[in-house]
Amino acid sequence: MFEEYKDIYVIADRFEGQVRNVTLELIGQARLIADQLGQDVKVLLLGENVKDQAQLLIHSGADTVYVFEHPLLDRYNTDGYTKVITEFFESHKPNAILIGATNDGRDLAPRISARMKSGVVADCTILSVDTKDGLVEWTRPALGGNILAEIICPEHRPQMGTVRPAVFKKPDLDMTRQGQIESVSVTLEEADLHSKFLEMIKVDMGSINLEEAQIIVAGGRGLGHKANFMKLHELADVLGGVVGATRPLVEMGWAEYPQQIGQTGKMIAPKIYIALGISGAIQHTAGIGGSDIIIAVNTDPEAPIFKVCDYGIVGDAMEVLPKLVAMFKEWTIK
Amino acid sequence: MELLVCIKQVPDTSEIKLDPVTNTLIRTGLPSIVNPFDLHALEGALQVKDQFPDARVTVLTMGPPQASVALKECLSMGADEAYLITDRAFAGADTLATSYTIAAAIKTIQEKQGAPFDMVFCGKQAIDGDTAQVGPQIAEELGMPQVTYVADLKIETFPNENEIERLFAITKREHESGFEVLKTELPLLVTAVKAMNTPRYPTLHHSIRANRYEVKTLTVADVDVEMERLGLSGSPTRVRKVYQPPLRSSGLIFKEGTIDEKINQLKDALIQKSVI
Repeated sequence: MFEEYKDIYVIADRFEGQVRNVTLELIGQARLIADQLGQDVKVLLLGENVKDQAQLLIHSGADTVYVFEHPLLDRYNTDGYTKVITEFFESHKPNAILIGATNDGRDLAPRISARMKSGVVADCTILSVDTKDGLVEWTRPALGGNILAEIICPEHRPQMGTVRPAVFKKPDLDMTRQGQIESVSVTLEEADLHSKFLEMIKVDMGSINLEEAQIIVAGGRGLGHKANFMKLHELADVLGGVVGATRPLVEMGWAEYPQQIGQTGKMIAPKIYIALGISGAIQHTAGIGGSDIIIAVNTDPEAPIFKVCDYGIVGDAMEVLPKLVAMFKEWTIK
Repeated sequence: MELLVCIKQVPDTSEIKLDPVTNTLIRTGLPSIVNPFDLHALEGALQVKDQFPDARVTVLTMGPPQASVALKECLSMGADEAYLITDRAFAGADTLATSYTIAAAIKTIQEKQGAPFDMVFCGKQAIDGDTAQVGPQIAEELGMPQVTYVADLKIETFPNENEIERLFAITKREHESGFEVLKTELPLLVTAVKAMNTPRYPTLHHSIRANRYEVKTLTVADVDVEMERLGLSGSPTRVRKVYQPPLRSSGLIFKEGTIDEKINQLKDALIQKSVI
């Protein structure tokens, strides 16, 4: 029924000109899906001078990279990207399209889906394949991460989804891998873009980029007051990590919203997550399941956080904190 | 000036708790609320009306008849008109079928009022579905530009390319690394994040009017749609299964002894697992 629709496409996402990690993570997943279906992985790379980044996408697992270069594509914009991508897909019929669930990807994907009149599944965290029907199985958290829903797109093509950053590992680079790099001509004018970019106001997210952090130290109400919360930075600095917080701390103004972990904040997937004075309400634990190791400190031995952690210390977080700092000064994370 | 706010009545997911015995979700009895992000969208529209007092703020929702409660809450905050899109034919719609239906209803309302909407406001996402898709899909169906994740909105007058004075939105769009500032001529659909504003409280005056107000209802007979694009049967995506993710099993909990002893136990465990 959909024989002419083939191959797994990834739309590259760039940040400050460079391809983001999520794009490479998606190429890794697209490779797994494509191999099971006997199809190819193709990447759309849009920008101004981006062709030199195409090789990285090949080394990550792409078979073909289509390069769209135009001054009006330098920076992501809804109108230009939607037009160029949907026009390309008038002549190339994709089986599936994977897009990173960044703010730009979540702006683009529904717009493309509505123009192409096919479905799109938001914020997937598990991807699998039903080889019998050739369907991608898109699994996403719902109800604030408390349940998972597996969604398919059986009778429309392309099958589309956005996928959360940092859920999947970046594939190892294969520097010997060969692929096609094809430039595609772009027809775009100023008048196609309804929004005019004026400026970028940068906020220093370097210290609070939770989604990409390998080590996160987070605090909850059990810390007592804001000055104690600020002391978490010492432990985070020793570990080379960042500081996160529960929602109540953000609401009380102890922490900033970008630091919020959980249902209404960030989903995290670090190597080590240290939860200090966090009881572990389900709205918080919904966001930490991707952590490799969870270490929790809380005075209440019945706190729900102890049901989901790998290591727990029953005790006052502010007494334990300096001891953890001392320990991690002596013993570094492997 | 015509302003539209699209809202959704949702279960308050922040009230979900885990049954401590069975470790399953307690999902029944959750209170119904206006999706919190939609209140910021409404406040955004009301602030534009503060700036342009002739403006009319219309709220719209799709849902079962009881969703009119959510519309009344918006009226009590100061919205002028309220529409409920409700019909069995719309049930089970995914985001594409939902946005198609809402866009069709918007076109009906525009015909009724004899003027197109200058702005459409949505919350960035609903807390029950978290997809953030319906806003952009409505914009596409209406052929309207969009700016998503708007943290600040100002309406100003500038000459357009033909040197005619026009209304433009200056928006601060939330981005992973900061804010993108964009200038877009109206009409425009925006999706609001919480940083955009603080929603106002209902007033007595507006609440009295809301109580007396008869919500306008649109059914499938009132909208110009292709039936095969509606509801569950018109939805490209299908939920195949829903399940609760397995809880992580709990690990080693150090309860006994002094803090130093517990730290040593932790250290030994981390060394043994080659973590440190």
